[in-house]
Formats: sequence, structure tokens, C-alpha cells
Amino acid sequence: MASAAGKHSSQVSNLPFNILGLALVALVALPVLVLFSQWATLGNGEQEIWQHLFDTKLDRLTGNTLVLVLGVGVGVTVLGVSLAFLLSMCEFPGRRWLDWALMLPLAIPGYVMAFVYLGLLSFAGPVQGWIRAQFGSSNWFPDIRSGPGVIIVLSLVLYPYVYMLARSSFLMQGRNLLDAGRSLGLDARSAFFRIVLPVARPAIAGGLALALMETLADFGAVSVLSYDTFTTAIYNARDGLFNQAVAAQLATLLLGFAIIVLVLEQSSRKQARYTQGEQQRPMKPIQLTGPGAWLACLWCLLVLLVAFIIPVAQLVLWVFESGAGEFDSRYPEYLWHTLALAGIAAALAGFLALLLSVFRRMKGPGGTFRSLCVRFATMGYAIPGSVLAMGIIVAFTYVDRTLIQLLGSGPLLVGSVFSLILAYITRFMAAAYAPVDAAIDRMKPSMIEAARSLGTPPARLLRQLYLPALWPGFLTAAIIVFVDVMKEMPATLIIRPYDWDTLAVRVYQFTAEGQWERAALPALTLLLVGLIPVIVLVRKSARPG
Amino acid sequence: MFGQIRFLSTTLILLLAACSDSNTPRVSEASAMPAETTGQAQTSAAQVSGPVVVYSSRQEYLIKPLFDRFTEETGITVQLQTGEEGPLIARLQAEGKDTFADMLYTVDAGNLWAAADKGLLVPLQSDVLQANIPAHLRDPENRWFGLSVRARTIAYSTERVRPTELSTYAALADPKWMGRLCLRTSRKVYNMSLVATMIDRLGVEAAQAVVQGWVNNLATRVFSSDLLVIEAIAAGQCDVGIVNTYYLGQAQQKRPDIPVALFWANQEGSGVHVNISGAGITTHAKNPTGARLLLEWLSTAEPQHMFSELNLEYPANPDIESVDLVQSWGNFRQDNINVESTGRLQSEAVKLMDRADYR
Repeated sequence: MASAAGKHSSQVSNLPFNILGLALVALVALPVLVLFSQWATLGNGEQEIWQHLFDTKLDRLTGNTLVLVLGVGVGVTVLGVSLAFLLSMCEFPGRRWLDWALMLPLAIPGYVMAFVYLGLLSFAGPVQGWIRAQFGSSNWFPDIRSGPGVIIVLSLVLYPYVYMLARSSFLMQGRNLLDAGRSLGLDARSAFFRIVLPVARPAIAGGLALALMETLADFGAVSVLSYDTFTTAIYNARDGLFNQAVAAQLATLLLGFAIIVLVLEQSSRKQARYTQGEQQRPMKPIQLTGPGAWLACLWCLLVLLVAFIIPVAQLVLWVFESGAGEFDSRYPEYLWHTLALAGIAAALAGFLALLLSVFRRMKGPGGTFRSLCVRFATMGYAIPGSVLAMGIIVAFTYVDRTLIQLLGSGPLLVGSVFSLILAYITRFMAAAYAPVDAAIDRMKPSMIEAARSLGTPPARLLRQLYLPALWPGFLTAAIIVFVDVMKEMPATLIIRPYDWDTLAVRVYQFTAEGQWERAALPALTLLLVGLIPVIVLVRKSARPG
Repeated sequence: MFGQIRFLSTTLILLLAACSDSNTPRVSEASAMPAETTGQAQTSAAQVSGPVVVYSSRQEYLIKPLFDRFTEETGITVQLQTGEEGPLIARLQAEGKDTFADMLYTVDAGNLWAAADKGLLVPLQSDVLQANIPAHLRDPENRWFGLSVRARTIAYSTERVRPTELSTYAALADPKWMGRLCLRTSRKVYNMSLVATMIDRLGVEAAQAVVQGWVNNLATRVFSSDLLVIEAIAAGQCDVGIVNTYYLGQAQQKRPDIPVALFWANQEGSGVHVNISGAGITTHAKNPTGARLLLEWLSTAEPQHMFSELNLEYPANPDIESVDLVQSWGNFRQDNINVESTGRLQSEAVKLMDRADYR
């Protein structure tokens, strides 16, 4: 491509980087491509199943999925933005510790939140039991196993994505914009809605896109709460109708939803490009007093209570009820596996996201093509882990066969730690890409242009310019992936080497049979360990002063 | 350029693979014996080299104790890869002749049927298994064998239902149960199998009328587990439900006075619907001799009793007794239709339940 054109010396030096970028995209996108290739299998059996799905439930499942995406979208935006505003731009009693505490729900897996609240709020649970004991009937109590129930549960675990990104955007804007608005005669509220919020829009949209792709891929929470979505149809085609091809085909359609989400996110970014000014004035927060301060504090406490304190308290209670009998000598091993996998995947995903982001921005022809490539490489986030895992196994078996023919040695990839790491990278590339890409967005183009015009080679650009400026974005990416990998269950389950049980796998052993009390100990351990990276993330981005 | 990319990516893969602890099980030369030769020849533990690799959808805590006991007795180790049945079977299929798996162990005959249907399991002529496992609990072509029996029957509230009101699964479609029935989701294979058996016994139309009747009688949305159904009956959300018996056992262990009891369905007719957990030897097993020893051993007295201890299931071998709690539910007549039909008719059952809007 570039070498054939041979027009410009800087483009020639881009060639290895182009190749590396493409290879990377191919590697990450391979499992998704395998799923698409299943459209080649559209025999009578498949057509009959499609007809059946059209006739019976495809419309309901599509509707349910849309309702879920819309509901969670509203839920995480309201929670994330309101909390981010209060905690980054205002001052009220308790703000300092609420600021980091409200990030903690990120460590709770969606399926754990779902089974905790199902246990608490179902008809047979303690809350409705108490209501019946007091008032005779609890029939008016809303069923958590419903659309609104799932929306609330998923919003509670996913709002931290929006909170995190909106918060850092607010913090970075500092007081400058708010003051500018006020100097133009706007009151604080209008200044916020008309200036601060629009400027933070790309960050909010980025967090929202992550939350919604997670929602699309969710199987755990929706199945615990008996809510049928597109994802459950994929499972049903595979495990009920024994048709892998239709399952894969349905999974590719799920990507249609994801593409809509991404297009919306992209369009919110396109309208504006904001770069960071020099040194921000340290922020002087809006001092809340009286009822305002109370309300702000109460709202934050309420979210913290529902999204973190109650679930953790319930897990602790269950651990006590089921006794420490579940604890065995292999816990250190589960812990080590969880940390090792999460650590390696986080570091690699962060680094590869950086490469992808730079790859997309490279000069020269094919920019649109590169953008598309990168988009495709981040699609794995919207595919349920268990389905994506099938793509990985098929792809890796193929690579293994080729390697066996070439080298004559046994299978290398399938059932290895490496394939598991690649599964994580494919699955979570979007989560790593968003913060890294946003960080690059904030860099001043003038700086890059200047370096470019001096003919600085890409490798040096990366080392001397990008890396120092991008370290915070990289760290955020790595930590999100770390926590996501810790919580990941279905892909881990099927791809892991036989003796590589993780805490999430341990949770599954019990939840699969509805034994939630016994799942509480591994779930609680998982959560406590997950808190460590979350706290690191919070510390790193704390408001100065 | 494409060649360069391929070279680069292959190099990258190789490098990373070399760095990662690939933990792949051995493929010993001695175990390269083709699977078909596992005929009548008597084998002993001494002839087996290397571990037996088992792919299993059963939870580790339910079967690992069995394998540990096997290792104690024979010195043959067992490597256990657990996972969901769908992906495990798909993985087995994708791996083809390169698979590590010697044995596939899943719950539900439907899954074993699907694996056998895809040519992933190999027939095994074994006098031991023929003698220990009743004919209706194994594949007619001997590719898989039931090892434990799971009975799915009616659970009822001892406070609001008299057992004389109950008779068959089909009778739960009667309008007198309107607003009183709790069911687990149709996406659970246990319900697929139950409905598949009904299709076999009653025909599609009659079976669909029954399922339709159930859906009309539901007290609330379907549940995601049998335990929740039992808890709902105990709490008064509904009066009857359909559950696997061992779930009531679990509930009773937690709460001995739980006001829920089992009713043995269809005793005047076809008998209680039973399903199995079972296993077969994979077509491309690298250690078929060890796998055969393990499979035969699992059908003998001690492990058979352990099934009852570990998960309150019934031994597939009818000569072996269950634990006391399981015996306290009384004796019942099993439906002796071959469990293979649950697999054959499973997709039919899934479609039927979709049509009846059983979610």
C-alpha cells in the first residue's frame, strides 16, 4: 500500500506499523469473523429454525432487548451523571469518601447483584415475608423478575462506567468553563446544562456505550431474573435446538444492536472536538448548604446503599449461614489464577488498545478502512462470552491444526492460558480502547503535528510523546479490563485449562444449581479482591485539593 | 503484504504461546490405541498409562469426590474440565481428532444424545455396564450410559393441597390449578426432556395442549431454578410445581420442616419421568482403556451409592440403595421409555414450548 505509492518517506516508515496494526485487528477480530462465517451454513434445518423464531418469539425478544438497552441507558446516565456532577463539582458533607465509595459497585458482577436482589425481594424472600407478616398480603409488591427489575439491577452495576468517565471529564474542565458561562450572565445551573454538560458529552457517551454493550452481552443477570432477551435466544438455539450455526447467526445480529449504540456514540463525538487547555486552574467547588447539601448527600448514600452496602451485607450474611465449610485449601489457587489472568489481560489489552488507537490515527491513505478495522476489533464487547468463546475455539483449533501440520507438535492454543488471554482481549478490547482513545483525543493536535512535521518516526512518537501523555488513560483501561476479567465467567469456564479454576468459575459452580448461599463466599472474595484495583483507580483520579 | 501479516501474526502467536504456561495434557504414545479396539478384552489398571481426561458439565463438587475415590483405588488420575454442556460439546466437536478428552460426562440424556448424534462418542461393548445399567438408561447403540437417575415429579404444598388431588403431569393443566402452579423456565433442559417424553407418549398435539394448560395455570412468571419453585410453594406463592427430587432434598436439609412434599406422578400410567447423568467415551480418546475402566467402575456399588450421597440422586444401578433422606420419599415406578427419546425429540419440545408461550 504505502510502499507501492512511495511518495513520502514518513509513509514508508509507517509500513511495519500498518502491518502490525492489521495483524492485531485480525487477531482480535478473528473470533467475531468465525461467527459471521456461520452464515455460510444456512441449510434446511437452519431455515426452519429461523422460521420458527420469526413465528414465535423473535419480535418479543427484540422488543425486550430494546427496552432493556433503553432502560439501562437512561438508568446509568441519570445515576452516572448526577453522581459525577455532585462529587466533582460540588462540596457537601461526606463528599470526600462518597467520591471513591460510589465507584465500588464496579467490582460487583451483574449476576451476583441479580441473585442477591432476587433472594431479598422475591415473594419467598425476607422483605416480602416481613410485609406479609405485618400486613397480611404482599401481592402489591412489584416482581423483581421483570423488565424494570433487570433494568435496575444492571443499572446499579453498570453506572460506574458513566460515573467514572463523566467525573474525570468534569474534573478536567475545572472551573474555567463554568466561570466563563457565569461571566456571560448564566446562572450556575444554566452554565452546567449549556456548557459543562455538552463539553462532557463525548465522555458520557463513551461510558454509556460501554454500559450498553455490556447490557447486550449479559446472560447471567437476565437468566437469574428470567427475562428473555436476544442473548437467551442464542443460548436456546445452541443448547435447546442443538444448532450452533443459528446461535452464531443470532450473535451476529446482536452486533446490529451494538452498531446502533456505537453510531450514536460516534455522532455525539463528531459534533465537537475539544482539546485540553494548558494548566487548569484548581477547581473551586460549588458549596452546597442547607437542604441542597442534605439532598445531595442523601442521594449519594441511597445509591451506595442499594448498589453496594446491601449486596455486600447479604453476601456476608450468607457466608455466615452456610458456614466456612466452602473454604478449602484451593482458595489461594483460585485467587492467584484470577489475579494472574486479570493482570496479564489488563496489561496486554491496554497496550494493544494504544496500538490500535495510534493505528487508526496514522496518516496516509485508508483512514476510513483503518477506522472500520478498529471498530470491528472492539465488537467483542457486545457478544456474550460463551458465544464468543465458541468463535475462539473454532479459530484456535484451526490454527492448531495448521501448526501441527507445520511443526508436528501437539495442540498449542486450545485449552491454553494464552487462548484464554486472547479471549479476554477480544471480549474487552472496547473497554480498554475507550479510555485510551479518549486520552489521545485530549492531546493537542498541534503537538503531534509538530512532531510529525519534524519527521519523527512512529516508534519514537509513541515512546516520547504518546506514552507519557497517555499513561493515565492506559491505567484506566488496564484497571477496567482487570475488573472485567475478574468478573468474567462464561468464556473462562469453557476456555480455561482444566486446572485453572478462578473465583468466577467457583461462583458459577454453585449458582448454576441455584445454591446462592454457597456461592456467597467465592462471590464475596471476588468482590473484595476487585475492590483493590477500583480503589487504585479512584485514588489516581481523585480531585486535587 | 498479506504473507507478511500472516508471518507476523503466526510469530506473535508462537511467541505468546511459548510464554504462556500452556498446561496441555500429555499425549503419550502408549495411549495412541484406536478407540474401536475397546472390545471384550479385559483391561486392568496396570495397563493404563496417563490420566483420563473428562469433559464434564456436572459441577465439580458433585463428581470430583467420585474421581478421587477412583484414583485411590486404581492409581489412575482423572483430569476434570468442567463447563456448560453446549460449549463443551461444541469444543469437543471443534477439536475433532486432536481432542484431549477421553470421556464426556453430562447431565441429561439429551446432551449425550446430541454428542453421539455428532459422532463424538464411540460404542462400547461392556458386560459390566450391560449388567449394571438398565436398558432404558443407556444408549441403544451403547455410546453412552446413565450413571445416576434424576426423577422429575410434582411438588406440592402440604398445607394447601391433598395428595389425592394429584395424579399426572398432564392433570396440572386442569383449570382447577389456575393461578396455583409454579414452573421453572422452559429453557432448562429438564423441562425440555419432560415435554419431549410427553410428545413421545401423547403425540405433539396433546402434549401442546398440556403445556398450554400449564402456562394458563401459572401463578407467576417462570423461575430460574427448581429451588426457587420449592421456596415459592413453601411461601404460599403457589401450591404445586414440577421439580427434580434432589432439590427438595436440598431444601429439606436446610429446613427440615419445609411444608412441601413430593407426589409421584403418572403412577397409574407411564411412571415418573426420569433422566440421567451419564457418560460416554469420546471417538478420539487418547486413553480409551482408562476411560473404559472409569466408566465401568462408576457403575459399581460404591460410586453408585456415592451419587445418592453427593447430590441426593438415585443410583442408576437398581441393586444399590439410596441414602435415608432419599428413601424417605418412598418408592415409585419409573417411566421405562428409553431416555434417548428426550434427545431425539428435544428440539421438537423446545419449539412446542415456544408455540405455547412457555418461557
